[in-house]
Amino acid sequence: MKALRDAIDKIKPQFEKGGKLSYLQSTFDAFETFLFVPNKTTKIGSHIRDHIDMKRTMSVVVIAIIPALLFGMWNVGYQYNLSHGEAASLWDNFLFGFIKVFPIIVVSYGVGLGIEFIFAQFRGHEVNEGFLVSGMLIPLIVPPDTPLWMVALATAFAVVIGKEVFGGTGMNILNPALTARAFLFFAYPSDMSGDKVWIAEKADAYSGATPLGNLLTNQPFDTLPSASDMFWGFIPGSVGETSTFLILVGALILMITGIGSWRIMLSVFLGGFGLAALFNLIGPYVAPDNAYMALPAYYHLIMGGFAFGAVFMATDPVSASQTNKGKWIYGILIGVMAVLIRVLNPAYPEGMMLAILFMNVFAPLIDHYVVEGNIKKRMKRAKLATA
Amino acid sequence: MSKTITIKQGLNINLQGEAEKIIAEVEAGHYAIKPIDFHGVFPKMLIHEGDKVKAGTQIFYDKYRDNIKFSSPVSGTVKEIRRGAKRALLEVSIEADTEQSFVDFGKADPNTLKREAIIEKMLQSGVWPVIRQRPYTVIADPKDDPKAIFISGFDSAPLGVDFDLIVHGQGETFQAGINALKKLTSGIIHLNLPAGDANSKVFTNSKNVQINFFKGPHPAGNVGTQINKIDPINKGEIVWFLRPQEVITIGRLFLEGRFNAERIIALTGSEVKSPKYYKTKLGASIAEIIRNNITQSNVRYISGNALTGRKIDKNGFIGFYDAQITVLPEGNYFEFFGWALPGFGKFSFSKSFPTFLNGKNKKYRLDTNLHGGERAFVMTGEMEKVFPFDIYPMQLIKSIIVDDIDAMEQLGIYEVDEEDFALVEYIDTSKTDIQEIVRRGIDMMRKEMS
Repeated sequence: MKALRDAIDKIKPQFEKGGKLSYLQSTFDAFETFLFVPNKTTKIGSHIRDHIDMKRTMSVVVIAIIPALLFGMWNVGYQYNLSHGEAASLWDNFLFGFIKVFPIIVVSYGVGLGIEFIFAQFRGHEVNEGFLVSGMLIPLIVPPDTPLWMVALATAFAVVIGKEVFGGTGMNILNPALTARAFLFFAYPSDMSGDKVWIAEKADAYSGATPLGNLLTNQPFDTLPSASDMFWGFIPGSVGETSTFLILVGALILMITGIGSWRIMLSVFLGGFGLAALFNLIGPYVAPDNAYMALPAYYHLIMGGFAFGAVFMATDPVSASQTNKGKWIYGILIGVMAVLIRVLNPAYPEGMMLAILFMNVFAPLIDHYVVEGNIKKRMKRAKLATA
Repeated sequence: MSKTITIKQGLNINLQGEAEKIIAEVEAGHYAIKPIDFHGVFPKMLIHEGDKVKAGTQIFYDKYRDNIKFSSPVSGTVKEIRRGAKRALLEVSIEADTEQSFVDFGKADPNTLKREAIIEKMLQSGVWPVIRQRPYTVIADPKDDPKAIFISGFDSAPLGVDFDLIVHGQGETFQAGINALKKLTSGIIHLNLPAGDANSKVFTNSKNVQINFFKGPHPAGNVGTQINKIDPINKGEIVWFLRPQEVITIGRLFLEGRFNAERIIALTGSEVKSPKYYKTKLGASIAEIIRNNITQSNVRYISGNALTGRKIDKNGFIGFYDAQITVLPEGNYFEFFGWALPGFGKFSFSKSFPTFLNGKNKKYRLDTNLHGGERAFVMTGEMEKVFPFDIYPMQLIKSIIVDDIDAMEQLGIYEVDEEDFALVEYIDTSKTDIQEIVRRGIDMMRKEMS
């Protein structure tokens, strides 16, 4: 590595202030720090610092996503061959899915990181690692046949309007990946919903509706895939959302490392399950003809994007509540809203995206009241002391 | 009534190079008082280079509070009055005589003295600055009547010193110091000790104090944590605090009638060949202490511990309130793919490195590398895990960054100082210099309230 280090040290002066290529300083810095953890030492404050940094944090999240990603690629091929009634090997399925999904990943990273580099350069900042995660999430929450130009447009929208206008990573209000998804959902509804989009190059005769799509038209439950198929993920849907099992593997990685908030994950599941169970109870009395209400509560947790949203989207620390108490409230309300939208709003088959975005907006308010509670406690103590 | 308080949030950082429990004698030769150790003090000199001083001779006072004076810890010749940018006084160094002579302040029993007489003796001898106050962590104001005085009898910081060893055999002077302090407050003197340990008899037999026990990881031994758990500071309230050796210094003033600045300090850190304790005096030069005892040259010398200490050079002096020198390897190296490799052997509070599988007792050789670039705050809920106060740390830090005085007050700035945020700074993923921010907030607040 000595030779590589020497080579970098040799060209480094050109990118520094006053150098010929100083306008590319942020870009150079991003690549240099990608290869080498810098030699910067502590100047003030604590002389020792933890080994964790933003790159480490973000790469742990990416690792947690990978099981769902690999399965998603295989499932794209599996659903294709299933719709055509053809038998295919595991490898053929995966290869088909890889050819479909990999370009989406490339476009998402290319466009997103390109914009991030430009903004960092203009601001004279170091490039922030936040998009390493967002760029991986975007391909996983779109249907497998999404045209690449749409992915590019949505990514650009999410990075510029969702993040950079607020000041970049750490400052955004909405989850950037979900901003991209919402952009696609509202700008190109015909490509993002219905029963044609969820299986890549689907055979026409084959019904490609997702379980949620089925339910919206109030079909009886017996047309739903089995609970085990939905849990393991052998169903049509967005690329990465189908396998609840592998999403939970990711959740485990996030929880053990402490990178993802277990409070949020658990409370989203609790909130969703709680409301769905309540619907089960009261359904027969308040809305006997809404079959959706009678859907077993745990089905909600394994269908659609519920698990994916709970584990990878709601836990985004920047757009979620920041206080521990707030995280419980935030998570429970996401679960509740998601099920509420699914069951009671006939316009949207899936409520997870909107629930999370909605609660992203309310997270600062939740935190405000939690912190206010702490302030009141302190003031009360002060009054007692003077009394 | 003694009670046991358990701290859940925190982190013990196990470093290599803990001081062996033996005390060596060393003649440091040079000693210095550094105004930088005293927040908010603006020094006015009373002596010149070349002057002869005795131990206890006043050498400067504070321009803003002229009754607060600082004395020479040894007798000798004023060698250098070193100034830095804008003529700020950096240090007054004194070359010690071989035979020590002391200014005589007269022996007295603090039990029979009045409050004013005790204060006067401490001010004149230059002993007073050992007492500091919260909020703001500045030298106490003799006019105040603190609601309590806190003494932390243990050090939970990385490679923290063993006060049981340091105070051994000092029961009488320690008690005399406590008796003097007792006259200074209408409240309680809290002496806080670790739960479950066999604590020194000097502590457990002392009178006029309330003994409390603390259990749990660092920062359980920080006085800020202890105040917050026992008698938190509300707006307008004042608490004084000292460390055990400083109580002994006060005790000696009354029993011996002189400013006896003897200190036992620990030389610690992974780069020290044989880490142990040394008997020396306040403000000693470290040159003699570290001689032939350091393993390599690319090191950082720190007066104090690895989390809160101050960097000094190899001929530098130990800080006024420090009882420890830490020597750590400098981290000025590049590490290929350091963030991506598994990182066996890299200590981290987060479990994103497999090192946590080593268990809690493994000792690490940590260096001064920042281990990453500075970023915006992204992670949340991390700081709370090492911050045992009933305070929202990130919200408080943000209120300081935006200079929001009202929010700082509401969020509890009176209860904290930078030391309390040292662990928060250590674990922070965004590599923000949090202690500096907190100190800036405290200084801002003090200015606002004066």
